[in-house]
Amino acid sequence: MPDNASPIGLKPILKLTEIRKSFGAVRALKGVSFELLPGEVHALLGENGAGKSTLIKVITGAHQPDGGRLEVAGIEVSHLTPSKARELGIACIYQQPALFPDLSVAENIALRLKKTGVLSRVRWPQQRAHAVELLGQIGAEISPDAEVRSLSMPEQQLVEIACALGSGAKIVIMDEPTASLTQKEQHLLFKVVRDLRASGVGVVYISHRLEEIFALADRVTVLRDGESVGTNAVDTLTESQMIKLMVGREVASIYPPCEGAPGEVVLSLKNLGCAAGAVKGVTLDVRAGEIVGMAGLVGAGRTELARILFGITPADAGEIFLNGEKVMISSPREAIARGIAYVPEDRRRHGVILEIPIAHNMTMAIHPKFFRGSILRFDAESELAANFIRDLGIKAYGPEAPGGSLSGGNQQKVSVARWLATKPKLLILDEPTQGVDVGAKSEIHKIIRSLAKDGLAVLMISSDLPEVLGMSDRIAVMRGGEMTGLIAKEHADAHTVMAAALGTNGKEVA
Amino acid sequence: MNKYFREITVAAALGLLLLSLAVFAPHFFQFQPFTSRLTSQMPVLVAAIGIALVIMSRQIDISIGSQFSMCAIIAGVTAASGLPLGVSIAAAIGAGALMGALNGVLVAYLGLPSIVVTLATMVTWQEALRLWQQGRLLNLPDGIQWFGLSQPAGQTVVISLAFLLLVGAAFAMKHLSAGRFIYATGSDAEAARLAGIDPKRTTFGVFVLMGALAGLAAVLNLVQSPQVQPNCGDGLELKTIAAAVVGGVAISGGRGTLWGVLLGILLLANVNPALTHFHQPPYWEKAIQGLVILLAVFADGLRSRKAQT
Repeated sequence: MPDNASPIGLKPILKLTEIRKSFGAVRALKGVSFELLPGEVHALLGENGAGKSTLIKVITGAHQPDGGRLEVAGIEVSHLTPSKARELGIACIYQQPALFPDLSVAENIALRLKKTGVLSRVRWPQQRAHAVELLGQIGAEISPDAEVRSLSMPEQQLVEIACALGSGAKIVIMDEPTASLTQKEQHLLFKVVRDLRASGVGVVYISHRLEEIFALADRVTVLRDGESVGTNAVDTLTESQMIKLMVGREVASIYPPCEGAPGEVVLSLKNLGCAAGAVKGVTLDVRAGEIVGMAGLVGAGRTELARILFGITPADAGEIFLNGEKVMISSPREAIARGIAYVPEDRRRHGVILEIPIAHNMTMAIHPKFFRGSILRFDAESELAANFIRDLGIKAYGPEAPGGSLSGGNQQKVSVARWLATKPKLLILDEPTQGVDVGAKSEIHKIIRSLAKDGLAVLMISSDLPEVLGMSDRIAVMRGGEMTGLIAKEHADAHTVMAAALGTNGKEVA
Repeated sequence: MNKYFREITVAAALGLLLLSLAVFAPHFFQFQPFTSRLTSQMPVLVAAIGIALVIMSRQIDISIGSQFSMCAIIAGVTAASGLPLGVSIAAAIGAGALMGALNGVLVAYLGLPSIVVTLATMVTWQEALRLWQQGRLLNLPDGIQWFGLSQPAGQTVVISLAFLLLVGAAFAMKHLSAGRFIYATGSDAEAARLAGIDPKRTTFGVFVLMGALAGLAAVLNLVQSPQVQPNCGDGLELKTIAAAVVGGVAISGGRGTLWGVLLGILLLANVNPALTHFHQPPYWEKAIQGLVILLAVFADGLRSRKAQT
């Protein structure tokens, strides 16, 4: 039932038709249509990676679409740039505030409001008064003279909102604005959104919290795999219908089958928590030969949990048992020594070093063990690298190839190889197939499964729902730093996992 | 592109320069002046090895000249007070290592930016020297110059020591875990940390080594003349950093070889004598050196732009 819910008589203030955008081989948007009416709050809903962020960036001019039409107030706009978008009255509040940390609140607001000539004089008293007025309008108790660096995340978010308000935008996009807000600030925000709507501004509202969408939005458009699967009036949908629209698809049976029963418990967590990582009360067992999938939305605390286990941000509450022995892990070195391996999410930043040959990359974590007396034996290193290249099917011209010369999927395999070289007992994978093409993805899946078959305990964090469902023997779901579900394979489907991740009825099923 | 492209290019430029000198100004290669010129570059080489390691680990040390002067004066004072040469040498190297350790603690463990830290220590050591020595020349006792040997023998010792060190350090960078740790820390400290390498300890170690090498360089300089000046290290930071950059050490860390640094030193150091032998005014020296450095930076810029696309 697409588009039949738009009220008659109003001209859309923003209209996207068949927008397409690809990044290399990844098709992020495959023809998305979307329209926003003046005085409407239009929610945009979808799983991680459904294309919401890309769509926003197209609207704000941060990305150029590869095809499709973009109309603002009935006029087609081609080659939209961020500054042009601002002139057209489009404002965006990103999840991460994009403020200047060294400037004061008033200065930040002034900078975002009006473009002035390079040499024109800035009238600070007026600017400051204006900032005070805007902050008052949204009810934020923030000093205009405070340095932005000193503000908390929610306060910065409020400053962002003040900026958007002051810019007199006709189209305001909010990307998960409540993600870091407290209850009180949420109410401020909701009031601002309603005020904007009342004054005829169109608001694009993105949130994973369904209750907010029901409370605020007039219509909702659901994105799935880069396509819009429908626009509906919010009051015609139930929560469960919305989830169904989001996940929609069947899990293809392309995943390698699970073989054999899991062995002894390798990792056991009891009420594990870390204030710095915003993780609390996690209790979980991982057995040898078992793949435990970790599902949840971005920011649910899954990566933070992995970082605790690897000693990057050590735990400050609860207990960790490795092979039945209680341990403290306070640094990556210690984690490595205890047989824990962590393949990080951001392989470009924390994984493969691009300038360095892949053989060097692979032995990086095992220098103290592998090179006793620390003289490097190149023959042993090349042999090890050649073995991994063969076993993991890495496509490279040889062990000497620099990390940067490989494709994303092959870099990921190098990253995995580095950790396999440490002969770990527990392998933590964080988004192992993110940004990897389909072929390499299924190869990586086969590798993970065969590692588990060889007796490795695997903890796999993934935001790719079919992957979690297809690969995991059990699925742990996190939300807001806590575990909200532990689901056995037999009971797991897209609906139960998503429900636990969104917190609608996160009961223990297993 | 070949991994050693930069080294090969610089070697080719140096070869061309030497070849044209051989054809048009064969006096250049007269044994005695040639050896003297080479010997006078050895302290620079030793100091440049240190700076290259610092740059490879994505730091910078501009206090290298002050450390050098300080070590030279300490060696000179201990020698003048009648202590044996071995003690003077140890004192210079030890003092250098201590100064390096101070830089290292501030940069690695307190996380302060190395350019500011070493700017501060540079000025501190300079002023300390001025207060202590009041700008006086220090006359060295007999038996210090050329280690008490004949000039040719002394020159041989200086050159061999520097080259032994270069070979050793180049071997270590390629064949020891320590070298790998330096490249990894300079390329991506966070990735290195997640791989169980300790980037702080690596950075600290590099600064200590830098100081010790500045001390050794000061000794190799001291033995070449009968006196020592409290400002003998002035300008060393520019010479060594320029040589490292020309030799292909990436200022963004993680890349470069010590052989490239040697080539960089030889190329830059031969500009002046080449001008003399070609009967050109020597004013051109700095301009030409500047041009060479610009060319090197330009080549790096091209290379990283190419890598991005």
